[in-house]
Amino acid sequence: MKLYELESKEIAARYGIPTPRGRVATNPQEASRVARELGPVVLKAQVLVGGRGLAGGVKIAGKPDEAYSIAKRLFSSSIRGEKVEKLLVEEKVGISRELYLSLTVDRATRRPVYLVSEIGGIEIEELAKKHPEKIHKIYVDPGVGYTDYMAREVLQTLKLAWTFLQDIVNITRAMYRIMTDYDAELVEFNPLALTNDNRLVALDAKIIIDDNSLYRHPELQKLRGRELSEYEKRARELEFSYVELDGDIGVICNGAGSTMATMDSILYYGGRPANFLDIGGGARSERIKEAVRLMLMHPRSRVLLINVFGGITRCDEVAMGIIEAIREVGARKPIIVRMLGTNEEEGRRILRERGIEIYDEMDDAVKAAVELAKG
Amino acid sequence: MISMGILVNSSTKVLVQGITGREGSFHTKLMLEYGTKVVAGTSPGKGGSYVHGVPVYDTVYEAVREQGPIDASIIFVPARLASDAVYEAVDHWLRVVVVITEGIPLHDEVKFVNYARSRGVDVVGPNTPGVMTVGECKLGIMPAQVFARGYVGLVSRSGTLTYEIARELGKRGYGISTVVGLGGDPVTGLDFIDVYERFFKDSETKAVVLIGEIGGDAEERFARYYTNLGPRKPVVAYVAGKAASPGKRMGHAGAIISMGVGDYTSKRAGLESAGIPVADTPSQVPDLLEKVLGK
Repeated sequence: MKLYELESKEIAARYGIPTPRGRVATNPQEASRVARELGPVVLKAQVLVGGRGLAGGVKIAGKPDEAYSIAKRLFSSSIRGEKVEKLLVEEKVGISRELYLSLTVDRATRRPVYLVSEIGGIEIEELAKKHPEKIHKIYVDPGVGYTDYMAREVLQTLKLAWTFLQDIVNITRAMYRIMTDYDAELVEFNPLALTNDNRLVALDAKIIIDDNSLYRHPELQKLRGRELSEYEKRARELEFSYVELDGDIGVICNGAGSTMATMDSILYYGGRPANFLDIGGGARSERIKEAVRLMLMHPRSRVLLINVFGGITRCDEVAMGIIEAIREVGARKPIIVRMLGTNEEEGRRILRERGIEIYDEMDDAVKAAVELAKG
Repeated sequence: MISMGILVNSSTKVLVQGITGREGSFHTKLMLEYGTKVVAGTSPGKGGSYVHGVPVYDTVYEAVREQGPIDASIIFVPARLASDAVYEAVDHWLRVVVVITEGIPLHDEVKFVNYARSRGVDVVGPNTPGVMTVGECKLGIMPAQVFARGYVGLVSRSGTLTYEIARELGKRGYGISTVVGLGGDPVTGLDFIDVYERFFKDSETKAVVLIGEIGGDAEERFARYYTNLGPRKPVVAYVAGKAASPGKRMGHAGAIISMGVGDYTSKRAGLESAGIPVADTPSQVPDLLEKVLGK
């Protein structure tokens, strides 16, 4: 789960990492009041999507009335589809250098790793593409944790004077503690700024919490799912794994890999998937019904493709779930079913009685769905 | 019969941790039916009972003391208790530990995976369907009937998709030596390189099918490793997630494109430039295999 910048900075500040002075504003009046207090300010839209700066979500205001009008505009806009509900209004800091520092988990070595670069302020994606040699990696043994030589390597990579050593030790060590205390997948300061008056300040902060660990953090768990679309929320309430896409063929499968492969096959045969919906293994008819209902009601999809390959999923349960969903909300769109597994014959019989044929092969089912969506 | 395949075979003695739970008990039955030598189970507080004829112990210590050395463990305990179960197995010298459990905290996984590797123990998973040497030993939850015995090694980050591709292979007469599910989490015990190395040494395995998915760089790392090999066995691949959207977790915790890493294009390009053909659909995998095997 991604935290907002203002939440990430609150945590950073609590761990002694310097951040600019700032306040949250939920309306233009508040924004101008903060500007009156702090002088020239930066107004930053609190959204979770990436590329906020390029999309116009970060603006500078010299005077309070300017802060008011910019805030008004930001509150009535959305950044890459995400509505702006809060602004972080911060003092404008004079910057001499922008640096990059993060701590994440490296899949290859299965260890925490510090990523350090003297080039900050651009997305790490960009940096990794353009200047991979400018990123220094410091791997941490999880049984040992942070140790001070790491901070010295950070200092050296960032080309900072030795006078900053204690600051860097504090920041680097605090990052490791944040990762451990919050079960974070990522703790990122980009940029970490060297100011004109020779201070190190985290100008932007991003913390991502591991979803599997949320049960250990009740205060964060209740925020879970806040970034989801309405459909994603409803699917999550039903405990399905669901992602909204932009096509017109609804997809229901079991297993993440299979669901992705079904989406990809739709693309390969010239169609566009509307969603990712994984019902998991061994679902009974009640859960199948909920999934089918959800997708029959889905506004954008024109066809529903159900592809179930089950070791323990029973085809008669799948068939009954489909029939029950149709009974409750009506056959609002054509349904293509491909399923294999236990009680296949019984499932086939149940669906045939309602005029639904079962496909044996995934390719044939996908092609049929793509044809129907076109017509 | 001479044992072939990798990681597990007909002589592997197996422990089931969490044997009295719903999943643990159900899959113990299926593993026994398959012929797996399940010699013991554990479930703290339930020692002294039996599950499908398998003796249950309170601790792994007791299981090993009563049964003698045990080779492998399969873990069905809930996410909050799974790490502890891994340490218990590793500390009692089990050599292969399969972690079926989904939803284990990332930093717990980082710790036990590193610990197990430092002790030379193979962790399969977490969040895996398991490992099976066809006709010999099933240490997992995969539907056995889909896998016929043969000379193709199967290694995958996915579950159901592996069954789908095994079925496609079977339709065309290709059987499987061993199937290994690496697991769907960002950090796993074994990766593609580890498993390929075993397949390379296994005289029964002639070719390897690699099933990847978006997220991370395991496929790219394998491609770089494979490019630099001397003698090598042919590999063909399928990668799921071309239609996925960046920043969204596609079911598996590990299937997410983040910080510019893990997209489909990079994986496909990496594999192809290493001389590994990549199928567009699961049904094309046997065609590619036919080509690399020169039939």
